[in-house]
Amino acid sequence: MSASPTTRPAPSALRLGRRRRAASRRRAAAVLGLLVLALFAVSLMVGQTFYGPGEVWRVILGQEVPGASFTVGTLRLPRAVLGLVAGAALGMAGVTFQTMLRNPLASPDIIGISAGASAAAVVGIVVLRVDEALVSGLAIVAALATALVIYLLAYRDGVLGTRLILIGIGIAAMLDSVVAYVIVRAAAWDLQVAMRWLTGSLNGATWGVVLPLVLAAVVLMPALLGQARQLELLQHGDDTASALGVRVERTRLTVIVAAVALIAFATAAAGPIAFVAFLAGPIAARIVGAGGSLMVPAALTGSLLVLAADLAGQHLFGTRYPVGVITGVLGAPYLVYLLIRTNRAGGSL
Amino acid sequence: MTDSHTLVAEHVRLGYGDRTVVDGLDLAVPPGRITTIVGANACGKSTLLRALSRLLAPSSGQVVLDGKAVHTQPTKAVARTMGLLPQSPIAPEGIAVADLVARGRSPHQRMLARWAVADERAVEEALELTGTTDLVDRAVDELSGGQRQRVWIAMALAQQTDILLLDEPTTYLDICHQIEVLDLLTDLNRSRGTTIVMVLHDLNLAARYADHLVAMCGGRLLASGTPEEVLTADAVEQVFGLRSQVVSDPVSGKPMVLPIGRHHAVSPATPA
Repeated sequence: MSASPTTRPAPSALRLGRRRRAASRRRAAAVLGLLVLALFAVSLMVGQTFYGPGEVWRVILGQEVPGASFTVGTLRLPRAVLGLVAGAALGMAGVTFQTMLRNPLASPDIIGISAGASAAAVVGIVVLRVDEALVSGLAIVAALATALVIYLLAYRDGVLGTRLILIGIGIAAMLDSVVAYVIVRAAAWDLQVAMRWLTGSLNGATWGVVLPLVLAAVVLMPALLGQARQLELLQHGDDTASALGVRVERTRLTVIVAAVALIAFATAAAGPIAFVAFLAGPIAARIVGAGGSLMVPAALTGSLLVLAADLAGQHLFGTRYPVGVITGVLGAPYLVYLLIRTNRAGGSL
Repeated sequence: MTDSHTLVAEHVRLGYGDRTVVDGLDLAVPPGRITTIVGANACGKSTLLRALSRLLAPSSGQVVLDGKAVHTQPTKAVARTMGLLPQSPIAPEGIAVADLVARGRSPHQRMLARWAVADERAVEEALELTGTTDLVDRAVDELSGGQRQRVWIAMALAQQTDILLLDEPTTYLDICHQIEVLDLLTDLNRSRGTTIVMVLHDLNLAARYADHLVAMCGGRLLASGTPEEVLTADAVEQVFGLRSQVVSDPVSGKPMVLPIGRHHAVSPATPA
């Protein structure tokens, strides 16, 4: 269709406003990125022994630095990378679900998908005694199966929403009790490892654990980002999105599979780090503002939450707490707040 | 150019699950005209509109756009020809008017393509036509009902489709804004030849603004034609179970329905 002659010369208020908002979104995301980078660096430097940025950098470049090579290269680096990538995976997957289902409660850690991955991983390690790679596989299959079960139970004329969330919360409770049961039954089980499966922890970080997650993130995150625009349009409801040319069912399927797989890999590596998927999106939305995709900001916020919570848990208190305890303390009040708000608003958020 | 698009429902049966809402309905939308669909609650008006806009696949029969079954066509291509404003569209929290209206350009954009001059023009024009240019930087959820409805229409206009379907575009609006919206759609139809199909609740406004009036009852098409042909006291009685008198609207010359209730009727129209 040709343009009509009623337009005015640029640059219009329209264009300026849109540019200004886009620029401010990018700025906010860049600040988040820098913060993540800073925390990542701090996680590598701080510990029982402090290493300066120069020493850390040399270790990253692969040079032999006495002491630092082991402490930073073998202990701290996998841990920091795990925090970075698991946080990003949880944040991106979380905001994807929240956006798609148009409800901040619809996060994979609230509706039982993380619990599914977690239960499978615990059963795999404690009962079946399989190795790490297989544990990831089990976690993914279980997470997808959990998502499918919730979807089927909640499906009614294609309408999803509050039903799905309530069913998901129920399933999550069931699966959490499976995790608790298995851990209690495993006789002389290491408490540290148990904590990893109850609330999430970075203590198990070795390259063998971290690499599958990094590979998964490299494949799955671009796949999700490719759907960002369609996902934005889905925020307006299925009808409007279809009218704007979105293939709703196909987009939903792609997004669910990719997000669930991300959650599963992150959970297999770091356990179900409490509330990160749930918190990252809303926090990112506050920081970045509406109007664009929240995937990247939420991923950065997820990394930020996990890295900060792990640093705090490791060094701020007399006892070392796993990361999930700290994020749990942050997330629980927000969950209560949302539930109260939902009740007042009559079930819609 | 826009007269060339044809939209036809061929003996469609529509429903949700096992429940059939519309059965064996045929409708040819007159190109370049304004069609309004009226009928009692739950008679299948919105369902028909959803089928026409390919949101609902018929269990039998088909909807044909430009000679091809609409469900077999790529959804993005359809979205460049036919737009839809659903009854209650949802705005994400805090989104600015300009960003919302700009999303109407989605079917014209490729995956990684830049925002083009044509997109810019389409959005500006849509804002101007709907009188929302001054609202561009406001958040949609801060607007009044009337403003918000105009913004949604602007989003549909930015899509620049030759066919526009609207499900009760005047709901929640006061009479002044209702007229404003309907006048705007008429302008669009007259200046660009946009084919408009809308579901309206208000019979008198439907009759006034329609070139082609469609009356539905119990999932069937009761009558279709000019408002004068369709809107008779008999038809109103059949569709709504309501006695009425149909007179000529002194303002528009179109038919106007005066309902007859159990009270407030002076003879000879008093019911027995």
